Amino acid sequence: MLRLITIEFYKLKHSRSSKVLSIAYFVILSFIALIASIEFNLGDFQIRIADQGIFNFPFIWHFNTWVAATLKFFLAIVIVSMISNEYSNRTLKQNLIDGLSKKEFMLSKFYTVVAFALLSTLFIFIMSLILGYSFSDYTEFSIVTREMEFLLAYFFKLVGFFSFCLFLGVLVKRSAFALGFLFVWWIFENITYGILRWKGSAEVADAIVQFFPLEAMKNLINLPFQRLNFIETAANQLQADIAIDYAVHWYEVAIVSVWIFLFIYGAYALLKKRDL
Amino acid sequence: METILTLNNLTKHYGKVKAVNDLSFTIEKGNVYGILGPNGSGKSTTLGMVLNVVNATSGDFKWFDGSDTTHHALKKVGAIIERPNFYPYMTAAQNLELVCTIKDVDPGKIEEKLEVVHLLDRKDSKFSTFSLGMKQRLAIASALLNDPEILILDEPTNGLDPQGIHQIREIIKNIASGGTTILLASHLLDEVEKVCSHVVIIRKGIKLYAGPVDELNASHGFFELRCEKQQELIAALEGHPDFTSVKEENGLVTGFLKNPLSAEALNTFLFNQGLVLSHMVKRKESLEEQFLQLTANLN
Repeated sequence: MLRLITIEFYKLKHSRSSKVLSIAYFVILSFIALIASIEFNLGDFQIRIADQGIFNFPFIWHFNTWVAATLKFFLAIVIVSMISNEYSNRTLKQNLIDGLSKKEFMLSKFYTVVAFALLSTLFIFIMSLILGYSFSDYTEFSIVTREMEFLLAYFFKLVGFFSFCLFLGVLVKRSAFALGFLFVWWIFENITYGILRWKGSAEVADAIVQFFPLEAMKNLINLPFQRLNFIETAANQLQADIAIDYAVHWYEVAIVSVWIFLFIYGAYALLKKRDL
Repeated sequence: METILTLNNLTKHYGKVKAVNDLSFTIEKGNVYGILGPNGSGKSTTLGMVLNVVNATSGDFKWFDGSDTTHHALKKVGAIIERPNFYPYMTAAQNLELVCTIKDVDPGKIEEKLEVVHLLDRKDSKFSTFSLGMKQRLAIASALLNDPEILILDEPTNGLDPQGIHQIREIIKNIASGGTTILLASHLLDEVEKVCSHVVIIRKGIKLYAGPVDELNASHGFFELRCEKQQELIAALEGHPDFTSVKEENGLVTGFLKNPLSAEALNTFLFNQGLVLSHMVKRKESLEEQFLQLTANLN
């Protein structure tokens, strides 16, 4: 396993574009911290975003993972080109001739994807801790460790998305087309949702579309902003936590896990069937 | 003798096209093999199948004694196929280091192998800056990194200029003289003739011949002779029991043998008859002539 990761990182290490994009990704991730310094001047009021509760534990886990997840496209480019370059340079063929099996080739890509996701999760974990301890109103250990399942959801979301990219890379062999296909697929999911909602109902549409890959990944971490308002306005009055909808459910993780397996196995099956 | 590769009825169909049809042969250790065939005869497809990049339609093959999986066996093989494939953004040395990691071998040999192909002074240049000849030589260096049991070369001189072709041939000869088994696919007959001891001839995916180059044709070769007394020479040869036919062309007498006969024996025989030769050459048909004969027989 270490050998396979070494092989893949060696390839990435020497590719300037991959290096630049990966570094850019982590730099931009750290820009989340800059949200803290955003200040508005509304007449006499001065509003500081950091003071509005977004960096409060445990909400920060939800907020930061959601924001960070929107940046995953940077790494998606690296991952798609990681596959398509092997096709366009014909190095995939040479790798196999040199004694890498097709399974090892696929695993080396998958391990790399998992490593990227782990790294990103770790990065967000550390950054959230720092931001949280700097700005949160509550820093008791029991509150800090609450809702940390969002980190797990974040990890699965990234691995799922990157696996999809790997699969598309193998399927179409060209990075631009693979990313285009990803976009088309996203539109397809939305149109399907629209039609189901129009012909059936919102419940039917939700029930079906939640099994689609991109929707399944989206459901792992729901939009956090309504929750922010909710905390601000309602929490005082109700004194109750009714935000169950935002939680990470086991079946959401399960659906994404199934997709990860299907994408990786599908990519391997494609590779195995093809003549190079 | 140790077997390196065995093919059993290996077949590959692309739709209706039968690229390789029931091909069987074995590669023994220590020989230099040539796979010979016109363009599109299935040479590269055959090599692709044994190298794990093309899926066989039917039949099978085994590396060495067949106890290992193909991809493990390939770590003991060095191969280059068609054109050299490397990462363009890495330098020569970086590319070779990656190959070492894949093949699980010590990267200490990189400089030594670059020296073999005369690329040591360019080891820190990016692959994308190399000429085709240099790329091809780098590919050979890469194939040699693991000191392979067998070196497979598919059209190694394709697209090179005469100098490049010469360099590659010298390198191949050097490697062969070191005792490495070589399998060389080519459509260039003189190339195969110059370096190979054994040939496999295929045409339209069907094997026509597999065996030593010398036994490709049952003939024992021919003599080219010249003498002052041309007519007496022809008469003498026609009277000799070892000759099948004699012909004269441009003042040169060619006699075809049906039995083995040494040049010394013939010279003595003619001298005793009072015929002194001014020109004497014993030759075998070139591979090209034999190849054309063999393929012509099937038409």
